Amino acid sequence: MIKLPPLPAWARLPRQPLLRHLLFAVVGGVFFYLLTQSLSDFNDFEIGELAVYAIAIAGLSLLTGVNGQISLGQGAFVAVGAYTLAELQVHQPMNLVLELLAATAMTAVVGLVIAVPATRLHGPYLAGMTLLFALALPFLSDKYSNFFGGDQGLTVPPPSAPGSIDPQKWLTWIQLFCALVVMVLLANLLSSRFGRSFRAVRDDEVAASLAGVHVARTKVIAFVVSSACAGLAGGLLALSSGVVNTGEFPLSLSIFILAGMVLGGSGTIFGAWWGAVVVVYLPSQWSQSLASTFHFNHLLSANFAVIAFGAILVVVMLVAPSGIQGGFRWLGQHLVTLSTRPEPTGNISVALQHTTEPDQTGDSSAAEQLPSSGGR
Amino acid sequence: MRLFVNVTLGGIAEGLIFASVALGLVLIFRATNIINFAQGAMAMLTTFIAFSVLGRGVGYWPAFVVALACGLLLGGAVQLVLVRPVENKPPLNAVIVTFGLLILLEGIAGAIWGNTNRSFPAPFSERGLVVGKTSIAFSHFDVFIVVAVLVLAGLIGALFRFSTLGLRMRAAAFAPEAARLLGIRVGRLLTLGWALAAVAGALAGVLVAPTSVFSPSYMDLILVYAFTAAVLGGLDSPVGALVGGLVTGLVLAYVGGYLGGALEPIGALVLLIVVLMIRPEGLFARPTARRV
Repeated sequence: MIKLPPLPAWARLPRQPLLRHLLFAVVGGVFFYLLTQSLSDFNDFEIGELAVYAIAIAGLSLLTGVNGQISLGQGAFVAVGAYTLAELQVHQPMNLVLELLAATAMTAVVGLVIAVPATRLHGPYLAGMTLLFALALPFLSDKYSNFFGGDQGLTVPPPSAPGSIDPQKWLTWIQLFCALVVMVLLANLLSSRFGRSFRAVRDDEVAASLAGVHVARTKVIAFVVSSACAGLAGGLLALSSGVVNTGEFPLSLSIFILAGMVLGGSGTIFGAWWGAVVVVYLPSQWSQSLASTFHFNHLLSANFAVIAFGAILVVVMLVAPSGIQGGFRWLGQHLVTLSTRPEPTGNISVALQHTTEPDQTGDSSAAEQLPSSGGR
Repeated sequence: MRLFVNVTLGGIAEGLIFASVALGLVLIFRATNIINFAQGAMAMLTTFIAFSVLGRGVGYWPAFVVALACGLLLGGAVQLVLVRPVENKPPLNAVIVTFGLLILLEGIAGAIWGNTNRSFPAPFSERGLVVGKTSIAFSHFDVFIVVAVLVLAGLIGALFRFSTLGLRMRAAAFAPEAARLLGIRVGRLLTLGWALAAVAGALAGVLVAPTSVFSPSYMDLILVYAFTAAVLGGLDSPVGALVGGLVTGLVLAYVGGYLGGALEPIGALVLLIVVLMIRPEGLFARPTARRV
């Protein structure tokens, strides 16, 4: 058997979650900085969208994969964040950081209003309620079109870049920076006491409450965190699209976010990025190239993205509920087991070493399966 | 006063349509603890099939029967192919599968029939009836809606109450393990339950289509209104679904009639929040105990 030498101390990942997550964020930041430097403006725009969707998907992933609840109306929370930022820019312009924080906070409050009645109960109430919320919200902006700008919507000027930096690159960097900060915060949250209660509530509500976890409160916290993520994503989305109107936030936005989460692997932070790649590129570039390759008629190409995301939701859930990140993890574990397979006499210590190694995202159980939320 | 009467009558007709979809939701939820978010989209698909059949010039009633028959087949097929694999998985998997099916069916319908608004014919006049000398906002078609939904609900109720098959279905839903030990084919009965629920949905689809814009997403709002109605009635009570549907229809009609139609969805959201805050188990739910 090939015995791998243990890594020297400096080459191992830090044991403290905060340091480990910061390390990942710095590596990711350097990667994206180099990437944006080498790409054109349009590609920069898409990288920015990628970061924005990753934020929204990671928030939903925390709610669904880690806490075992589901929101079918995440797009509506994105809309709340976008409108908040746009209204602030129209009526009370201030520092961009404050505006983004306000968009996040406003969406968190709306999330609280939705979550408190729905999470008191066990069952599909939150799913139905968030779907109703997503369908109802556009009617509100139609009814009060003076305030929400009606069909034309509200314009959002792009943030002014300092010095001679290209404005598109500056915006992309802002979006990427926010995404990395959110990822570090979420990863830390997941390895904290809150993360443990989220998982405990997902796995068995009764057992969690017997262990002293306040079940309803924990569910509400998870929902508020996830809607805050969607709100921040909405604020950032408003900056890059330049205009906020109801057409920007159809029900399909909620579907895309949910499908990205399911495909990437629910409950994982890395999975949010894989999902975001699909959400950004599938409706535009990939479906265009598929449409021209296979000569779709105009009805099919208009509906192709919706069909694809519907199929993703159904097929991934039936075939591989742990998504892309789950697949990577399975592959990684499989390769490690193969390369260090003990001889027939058996060497328990090797096997033990894998199981006790700290997990990179601080979340080992979520990727394997979608939550089994407690007894009914 | 006249407005009040008209709004109330409109609310009753609309409420019975919600009740029909809610009945489908409840039948499925009682048997499998799954909310079928594709209930509306499946009804949309069967109505579009009926629309194509109508285009062949065969008349309304054959198309109506085709819609209900397709509902029966589609419901059974969906249960067999998509729902059975996730039945014993965590409940969220089923939510995601049925929601994905909603989107998938809407995309497919859009690719076949286009996303434009069409109009679907009604078998009876949609002009208001004349009572005494004034015409009221209740047409022959509304009478048909009331009769059709009540007949369907009556048939389903009679099936569950008076037939052996219904008794087996109730047993399969109430205590699947015990029913299986007594020789009841639980899996088949669940498929049948989904098929019946889809028929109730298909009926609602055909009844809604003439009164609203007819496009692949026309059942979306009806579905969430029916969800509100089902929660109001207690999610596992068929009688509750009927009453919940009527109450939801009336509340939304008053909101729409007095405050403006654009506020109807917001009204439904507020109604749902209020119900969950005040009486979360609904009006007619059977008491449940949770096991550790």
